[in-house]
Amino acid sequence: MVTELGHFALILAFLVAIVQMVVPAIGAHKRWSGWMAVAEPAATIQFILTLLAFGALTHAFIVSDFSLRLVVLNSHSAKPMLYKISGTWGNHEGSMLLWVLIVTLFGAMAAWFGGNLPPTLRARVLSVQSAIAVAFFAFILFTSNPFLRLAVPPFDGQDLNPLLQDPGLAFHPPFLYLGYVGLSICFSFAVAALIEGRVDAAWARWVRPWTLAAWVFLTIGIALGSWWAYYELGWGGFWFWDPVENASFMPWLFAAALLHSAIVVEKRESLKSWTILLAILAFGFSLIGTFIVRSGLLTSVHAFANDPERGVFILGILVFFTGGALMLFAARANAMQAKGVFGLVSRESALVANNILLAVSSLVVFVGTMWPLVAEMFLDRKLSVGPPFFNSAFTPFMLVLGLILPVGAMLPWKRAKVGRVIRALAPAFVIAVLLAALVWTMQTGRTILGPVGVFLGAWLVGGALTDLWSRTGQNRDIGRLLRLPRADWGKTVAHGGLGITMVGVAGLMAWQVEDIRVANIGERFEVGSYELELIGVEQVRGPNYFSTMAEVAVYDNGVEVAHLYPEKRDYPVAKMPTTEAAIDYKFLRDVYVVIGDPQDGGGWVMRTYIKPLANWIWGGSILMALGGLISLTDRRFRVAAGAKKTTAKAVPAE
Amino acid sequence: MKQLVLILSLLLSATFVSTGPAWAVLPDEVLDDPVLEERAREISKGLRCLVCQNESIDESNAPLARDLRIVVRERLVAGDTNDEVVEFIVERYGEFALLNPTTDGWNRLLWWAGPAMFLIALLMGALYVRGRAAAPVVDDKGLSDSEQERLNKILND
Repeated sequence: MVTELGHFALILAFLVAIVQMVVPAIGAHKRWSGWMAVAEPAATIQFILTLLAFGALTHAFIVSDFSLRLVVLNSHSAKPMLYKISGTWGNHEGSMLLWVLIVTLFGAMAAWFGGNLPPTLRARVLSVQSAIAVAFFAFILFTSNPFLRLAVPPFDGQDLNPLLQDPGLAFHPPFLYLGYVGLSICFSFAVAALIEGRVDAAWARWVRPWTLAAWVFLTIGIALGSWWAYYELGWGGFWFWDPVENASFMPWLFAAALLHSAIVVEKRESLKSWTILLAILAFGFSLIGTFIVRSGLLTSVHAFANDPERGVFILGILVFFTGGALMLFAARANAMQAKGVFGLVSRESALVANNILLAVSSLVVFVGTMWPLVAEMFLDRKLSVGPPFFNSAFTPFMLVLGLILPVGAMLPWKRAKVGRVIRALAPAFVIAVLLAALVWTMQTGRTILGPVGVFLGAWLVGGALTDLWSRTGQNRDIGRLLRLPRADWGKTVAHGGLGITMVGVAGLMAWQVEDIRVANIGERFEVGSYELELIGVEQVRGPNYFSTMAEVAVYDNGVEVAHLYPEKRDYPVAKMPTTEAAIDYKFLRDVYVVIGDPQDGGGWVMRTYIKPLANWIWGGSILMALGGLISLTDRRFRVAAGAKKTTAKAVPAE
Repeated sequence: MKQLVLILSLLLSATFVSTGPAWAVLPDEVLDDPVLEERAREISKGLRCLVCQNESIDESNAPLARDLRIVVRERLVAGDTNDEVVEFIVERYGEFALLNPTTDGWNRLLWWAGPAMFLIALLMGALYVRGRAAAPVVDDKGLSDSEQERLNKILND
């Protein structure tokens, strides 16, 4: 019954979305305010109906309703409650429903907080947003319906893939989707502005909070996924340049570029058409990402044949929205006249450089991701493009970005004297070079990666602090810092976070220690500067798995510093084993222990890694996201984007 | 995250073959000579596990990856150079096994795409910035009628 209601709500939402797509667009064209006003309640209703549908599906997972095909395929009655709930989006159909739920959520939020938008712009934004929803509602209803029943329900389900039964992964997809789909509202704003034929500072001020929010969610989502890979997969890798990872990384880079170019539009009324193009591309690459993941086209060319209908459908959505928006862009972009005038050395030019580096690096990832497909289709060559390519083709752009960032971030608008900024940054630069030199002499290996990473990290963090310090003015008045706009604090925190992530990545890649051996119970062995002892191994029973759990003690100079319990789990229903690494997290290093199979001659296979600065990767990511959040609370957004008519009334014009 | 790819594609297709509880480099594969072992690891990181989703044989758990790791070590012990070992694998499994694509033929396009796009973007960016530096200040056309109306409304509120 609840399921049927959910199914019905989904169909209704589809119909409301069609109305919301058509009526306000005609209203905006003909200036009929009644027709335009349809958009706001429609957006709310559409969101509520989709929420009902999603709630009904979640309900089916919670009560383990095995008459539903999707629940049978992805759940089991013995599964812990958290994973019953997260199982709702741990599969294709459910995750698409979550996707469209977020599309409607952003549409509804644009309706709720868009009170001070010009009425035609608001109607057009909501109409475009609803068009995206229509496409995905149709996709769900016609090719991936989550509400299909089984005539003969089985007694129990086939369980969720055990690798997905993990708290990190339970929350990874929702954050990622909030990011991907958050970019849809920027896209809608861009297309609406193209239809209106007008982009100005106010437009940029409306778009920037949405871009910031989407970027923050995307940052958190990617960091969660990377962290999950680190602790779950058993060798502590955190980034693999896999097509699906690249699919989330490309929109992230474009969103970062959009974030910065929208500042130029907002403050200086330049880079307008470029910003519009970025907004289209950012969401376009989100769609490409969806296409890559759902069609299976890139991981295996044959997987496409498994699901031609879905792949072709998403390809159609991708071509229609991205292609359509780009054609509109080609026709209208000339109408966007730049106003601001600025010199060769200025904050504007620095942000242009930022955009070039971010956009080109994202396109490099795109070319590398698509190349195997191109080679197979046109050159008849079956080849791979793996991490070695991306490491050498992508990293240089990030190095240059890291080098120029602190300088660019401090350059004044319009016309700048580069000498003054360089003088201010000299201490940070000297400290960064000294630190790198110190690390260079201390390390035993010869890799340049470590010192370079330390230099960039120190340079970025030092640069961000110098920027903040320069804001104290001539008299070094610390109190001024507290009165700075929150956007400035956000900038400092996010840029510093980027530096910390860079140090973490370089440190982990340069100085990791690995040890693979057969360990006997009671035997002590050395790994790096630590000693480890396998104390014992026992069989343990979990709620829906059996576990082989080892007990390992870690000693530093004879003193025990950690007691770890690495596991090897076997999920009988899903018939899949997983490794659960045990990690001792510390500020400067992780000790990462994995237990393997017992050996015929006695003893157990054990791998131990000392992973220096591993936490810095995610710590830096969290700082980047936090920086975005702080910026998001800046007063000018609260006033510009959040203000309703009522609050405008409450404040008398002075 | 690699595994995530596997799962996501597995959700869509039924072609998944369980690889069992084996995992990456095992103690019995490791060579006694640390220099040779180091070279073997280096080579393995650049070779693709052919039955996996974009994993190197160094990280993969699949039995085929284990066989390939052993082949790599056998060739090294037999005295092959790194390039010869890689060539040996490519001869048998094709260039699909190379995670680091070659730099010959059309692949030059792949390798040069980044620098070329960067130069083009830099040129376009420089032209734009020069244009902005030389541009006269555009006269503001003032507010449109509807904006004026809105402004009046706000001021009167």
